[in-house]
Amino acid sequence: MSQQETVLFDAQGPKARRRTAIGTVVGALVLIAVAVLVVLRLAGQGQFSMELWGPLINPGNENFELVWGVIGEGIVNTIKAALVAMTLSVVIGTLIAVARLSLGRYARIPLIGVVEVFRGLPVVVLVYLCVRALPDAGVDLSGLPGGQVFWGLIIGLTAYNMVIFAEVVRAGVASLPRGQREAALATGLTNGQAMRIILLPQAFRIMLPAIISQLVVVLKDTSLVVFVANFDELLSQGESIIRNLDNPIQTFTVVALLYIAINYTLGRLAQWVQARQARGSTAKATGGDDLVPVRDGA
Amino acid sequence: MSPVIENLDLYVDGFLTSLSIIVVAMVGSLLLGTLIAAFRVSPVPPLRAFGTFWVSTFRNTPLSVVLFFCAFGLPELGINRTFYFFGVLGLILYTSAFVCEAIRSGINSVSAGQAEAARSIGLNFSQSLRFVVLPQALRTVVPPLGSVIIAMFKNSAVVGAFGVGGDLWSTGQTLTSARGYETLPIFIGVAIGFLLITLPAGALLQVIERKVAIAR
Repeated sequence: MSQQETVLFDAQGPKARRRTAIGTVVGALVLIAVAVLVVLRLAGQGQFSMELWGPLINPGNENFELVWGVIGEGIVNTIKAALVAMTLSVVIGTLIAVARLSLGRYARIPLIGVVEVFRGLPVVVLVYLCVRALPDAGVDLSGLPGGQVFWGLIIGLTAYNMVIFAEVVRAGVASLPRGQREAALATGLTNGQAMRIILLPQAFRIMLPAIISQLVVVLKDTSLVVFVANFDELLSQGESIIRNLDNPIQTFTVVALLYIAINYTLGRLAQWVQARQARGSTAKATGGDDLVPVRDGA
Repeated sequence: MSPVIENLDLYVDGFLTSLSIIVVAMVGSLLLGTLIAAFRVSPVPPLRAFGTFWVSTFRNTPLSVVLFFCAFGLPELGINRTFYFFGVLGLILYTSAFVCEAIRSGINSVSAGQAEAARSIGLNFSQSLRFVVLPQALRTVVPPLGSVIIAMFKNSAVVGAFGVGGDLWSTGQTLTSARGYETLPIFIGVAIGFLLITLPAGALLQVIERKVAIAR
């Protein structure tokens, strides 16, 4: 038993071990039974036929290359949108955080209001507004590389995520020891220089895991464009495959697995970076790990 | 803003439907998430593995994909229900993974020394859980759990966009596409509807957080 479990229950004696063994067998049997039931049901509906799966898993199938070409394009577009939105969010979020930290007590009230409003809005509503309503309002994005829907999506995602990053950056800077800023000012740096040269670089190091975790959220949110307009990201590409091959379960399974593969890798990367930092000197200097809340509820 | 005021009754209906999605999904995901969290910290390996599988699946899949799966996959298993049912079910499945992780991290945040100290002053197992471990765990759970639930409030818009019908999002869709209103004012109305839910919820969460906060 690892250490974390000992809080909830004691080291097990012979009786408890027997009970655990029984639980293991029963639990495994129940899970296997459910899995078998689902598989049988699916097989009964002919969901395992090669006709449905072939284009996705059999390289010999006539549609295989076409289908994976479409999926590949979707992955590229999803990652591209996520990275662009992410970069813009980090940059603008940092600006908002710096503005909030350097403004006076009353001057920052409108800024806090903006942050709260954007944080309270569903990202899908923001994306919808940016894709559909910006052109109505006279903002023409179609001239930009990538086209109108792409930039509408990017602006929507950025509007939502920049305020989250503003909070992350603020927490990161606030978690640094006061001596850092005091020492910077004492050596003759101005306020702005201290922020730029001393505080932000350290804050970014602490924030790195939070940034990677948020990338997972942004990556998932790119798929929301499917409800708003046509953009060839992964989920939309999956839908167009389904329209042609009529195999929803199979294609959605592959699409879900691809999302899981990408996001799981990113999640592990975030954990690894965090663990590395907890061992490193930054964490010691700032008094512990987990200083920046990694909020992943989106 | 006049299009919003003209159709205020539709907005109120949509608001109430969205609210019903939120309430059902909140109860459902809290129950399911707690169950999965119990699996993940239990001493029984198959249940732990199942919990881990559940969390890494639903946390890494976009909500939209989960919803499509519910609506197109479950009928193939012989489960035929309304879009409202599938939408709320998808939201519950998705949110339960985040609820589970919030609860689990709360339990893990109580250090083993606390339980050992409780046992060494003579509390028995259930007493040490009741007086020492759980009170601390529950307090640590409040902030992350609260933000998960508020995120779920916002995700209910995705369920609306998915096509539940009658909620805030559908109200906006009906007004813009069927009745030809302009997108901007109508969807600002939708946005205000969501702010009426999320801003008070955020404020309430802050009050609760301050109440249960512990200095460590």
